[in-house]
Amino acid sequence: MQYVMIPQNIFSIPDFTELALLIDGCSENDIERALQSDKVDIHGLAALLSPAAESFLPRFAARSAEITDRRFGRTIQIYAPLYLSSFCVNRCAYCGFAADNKIERRILSYDEAEAEADILHQRGFNHILLVSGEAPARLGMEYLEEIARRLRQKFAAISIEVQPLEEDEYARLFAAGITSVAVYQETYDRKVYDQVHLSGKKCDFDYRLQTPARVAAAGMREVGIGALLGLADWRLEGVALGLHLAWLRKHYWRTALTVSFPRLCPAEGDFQPLVKVGEPQLSQLIFALRIFDPDVGLLLSTREEARFRDGMIGLGPTRYSAGSCTAPGGYSHPELGGEQFAVGDHRSIREVCSDICRKGYDPVRKDWDATFQVN
Amino acid sequence: MLTIAGRTFKSRLFGGTGKFSSPRVMKEALDASGCEMVTVALRRVDLDNPDDDIMSVLDRKKYLFLPNTSGARNADEALRLARLSRASGGGDWLKLEVTPDPRTLLPDPVETLKATEILVKEGFIVLPYMNADPILALRLQDVGAAAVMPLGSLIGTNQGIMTAFQIEIIIDQAQVPVVVDAGIGAPSHAALAMEMGADAVLVNTAIAVAGDPVKIARAFAMAVEAGRDAFEAGLSKKGVEAAASSPQTGLDFLR
Repeated sequence: MQYVMIPQNIFSIPDFTELALLIDGCSENDIERALQSDKVDIHGLAALLSPAAESFLPRFAARSAEITDRRFGRTIQIYAPLYLSSFCVNRCAYCGFAADNKIERRILSYDEAEAEADILHQRGFNHILLVSGEAPARLGMEYLEEIARRLRQKFAAISIEVQPLEEDEYARLFAAGITSVAVYQETYDRKVYDQVHLSGKKCDFDYRLQTPARVAAAGMREVGIGALLGLADWRLEGVALGLHLAWLRKHYWRTALTVSFPRLCPAEGDFQPLVKVGEPQLSQLIFALRIFDPDVGLLLSTREEARFRDGMIGLGPTRYSAGSCTAPGGYSHPELGGEQFAVGDHRSIREVCSDICRKGYDPVRKDWDATFQVN
Repeated sequence: MLTIAGRTFKSRLFGGTGKFSSPRVMKEALDASGCEMVTVALRRVDLDNPDDDIMSVLDRKKYLFLPNTSGARNADEALRLARLSRASGGGDWLKLEVTPDPRTLLPDPVETLKATEILVKEGFIVLPYMNADPILALRLQDVGAAAVMPLGSLIGTNQGIMTAFQIEIIIDQAQVPVVVDAGIGAPSHAALAMEMGADAVLVNTAIAVAGDPVKIARAFAMAVEAGRDAFEAGLSKKGVEAAASSPQTGLDFLR
């Protein structure tokens, strides 16, 4: 079904010096009000992200848990990433796949990808996320469509995290069986963005910024946004994420939204995070966004350690990856190197699920159905 | 006794299967609730898979499964899910949910009416989830809905019967059973809906997310029974002035 879209204005993000003013002006009173209110606006979010809010963290956790519980129940969705390719034309200072990194590159053949998928399927995964570096000449539409067609019988939901595409391309992928698209801005701070994206198409901040809107306009069920934590001021990234969420909700009310919180960890190339984001900061960001947007899906990947992920169950995040390998072909050939980043949680899906159960939550492996979009 | 599409139900409480902390807790709570009909999201279950965590713990002889199309954004998607459900052994009963806005999960009246009409013609027993709009209830009834399921308030919010005024009209006019669905957060809300004359209520979140789902399931069962009994007994009128319970109105002057 095609929806007629009202001509949209374009999402823009204020300069970070301007966003900083939102946070600077926050008092404890603003924090208190945001905690007590059922509807939190962008000023409330700024208050929740402010330095003064740090001493409120236990109350944030309780409020965030209460909202998450009511909206999502006692459940955590489980997914796994499937890395398709480590080829990339971009040079991003922080990434293990950066074009100038000397790693052995791989792109999976259709059969190899299917073999990887079979392993995940056998392990009990029903939701998968296809990931690749950005190299459209090797991994373009044809490749993605074929993969989607091959995998959609086995999985209830297939998401992608690949190069930004055009609206009509997203529509084609939706028809082929792709359910949702993740595209992270990495940083909403234009200045830092320009510093860390050294070459390649990804240097175009604005093209990337408009990508979630193109995804939604194409009729995808869900779009995931995120900021790579460790590049710019995380509080302001939080405000920017809030603005992006609110804009997407207003303009594409049929699209479900998710946010990821990838925190930089050492990758090939020895890039050191530009700013430090510790676990208290990460949890403050997660709680603040949950209180700001009760309906957004929040992802916590295996970048984080098992102890932290276990502790966060029920407090805000709604989706966990498990048993992840971040190298193409790594499930079939664990001996191969070439990971995008080192994972922090090495548990198997079974261990993750039993720990979730122990915390009194149901690890949900299927919460979608291919039938929604394909016959 | 409640009858929907020729099938009778002793319990007027319908259950749900979402949001529970484990399939075991879900089973225990549903057993304690005494309900005979449970709705199951087609997106959550693998109907073909006998080991599916939800399907395997619930006894299909004890419960009538009411598959729902939760997640469908339009009639086409709901139709596809419904047909898939029936083809996989999900039966003819269907709770039709068409909710294009993932935030409020409010049902789309236009698409719901369209899908109901088609599904009824295909032989489904359709119970549409709908906003508490009396005219829509009549339209759905006219195209063959087996019951109507108006919402008390937004799903999952536990806000209770915020739509009381419209639900009263729906109950007044409907020739098919009225099942109040969504927003019922406390046994007192369920009792209120039943006192108003609803034929049944569907409760999920308030049971699944309660501190003790089994205990509250029992509480809901009692509340539904109490509310129904009160409705059948005929509630006394509300008044604005105090009224003595043993009136002393002097009628000595009568000859």
